[in-house]
Amino acid sequence: MTDEPAPVPTPASPPAFADIESGNVTVSRVSRARVRPRGSRKELIVWYLMRVTAVALFVLALAHFSILHFIWDPATQSAQFIADERWNSIFWRGFDWLLLTMVLIHAFLGVRTVVLDYVHSPVWRTGTLWLLYVIGIILFVLGTQVVITLPTSALTGPV
Amino acid sequence: MRLPLTMRYRPPAGMVAWAFHRISGVGIFLFFLLHVVDIYLVGANPALYDDVLRFYASIPGRFLEVLLGAALLYHALNGLRIVIIDLWPAMTVYQAKLWTGTWVIFILLGVPGALIILRPAWLPLLQQLGLA
Repeated sequence: MTDEPAPVPTPASPPAFADIESGNVTVSRVSRARVRPRGSRKELIVWYLMRVTAVALFVLALAHFSILHFIWDPATQSAQFIADERWNSIFWRGFDWLLLTMVLIHAFLGVRTVVLDYVHSPVWRTGTLWLLYVIGIILFVLGTQVVITLPTSALTGPV
Repeated sequence: MRLPLTMRYRPPAGMVAWAFHRISGVGIFLFFLLHVVDIYLVGANPALYDDVLRFYASIPGRFLEVLLGAALLYHALNGLRIVIIDLWPAMTVYQAKLWTGTWVIFILLGVPGALIILRPAWLPLLQQLGLA
């Protein structure tokens, strides 16, 4: 007795590492990432934006996580700590604002890909993407506002 | 010995890489939504922000941070692997080595990182046993 399925005769086998194509988006068999899109300028720009922001985030996001977990332990952090230490220079405010901008581009284009993969009804797809972009803009406004306007203790005294 | 079909199946590396990349990406996205709002509280409601921070510094909070760090590290390393293969197609030849390398670096950086974040969970135990 065997529970193996009967071997299925394979039709003319595709070349090793052939790309799986559907519409404008192609999935590579090797990297399982999206192959550089052809035939759509918009998709090509999105494809490059994902990769450019990815390289920036490799540095920015890992540095941000390391600084706030390994250099300063969460137990030593508070609103006062952010005003006194973390955001007491233009450099670190600019660093975190750049991180916010890069994450917004990368995360929202990434979730856009997920939505395009799983949401097929045109109405739901358009609705979900609009909701996504509105949330993105709100987060950009909230984050930018706090990073620009939070007073530093050096200027105003302790919070 | 015959294993059940579900255990005999070894998914190809690319499929595992893709699934983990998507799961970790969505997880980081959800934390990012929370994180922008909690940082906004530093200006809007510092007392509430301090409460959130106390949770981040608690033992359950630290376990969640290790999970976040693991998702971030995997997504970063696998993302770099994707960028390398996409922008430098000759590296396709070494794609299996790059995949192994992803996990070697993940363990080498991740395990010490997790131990540092979780220090309050294990250090008192060692001290009680007189080992630290």
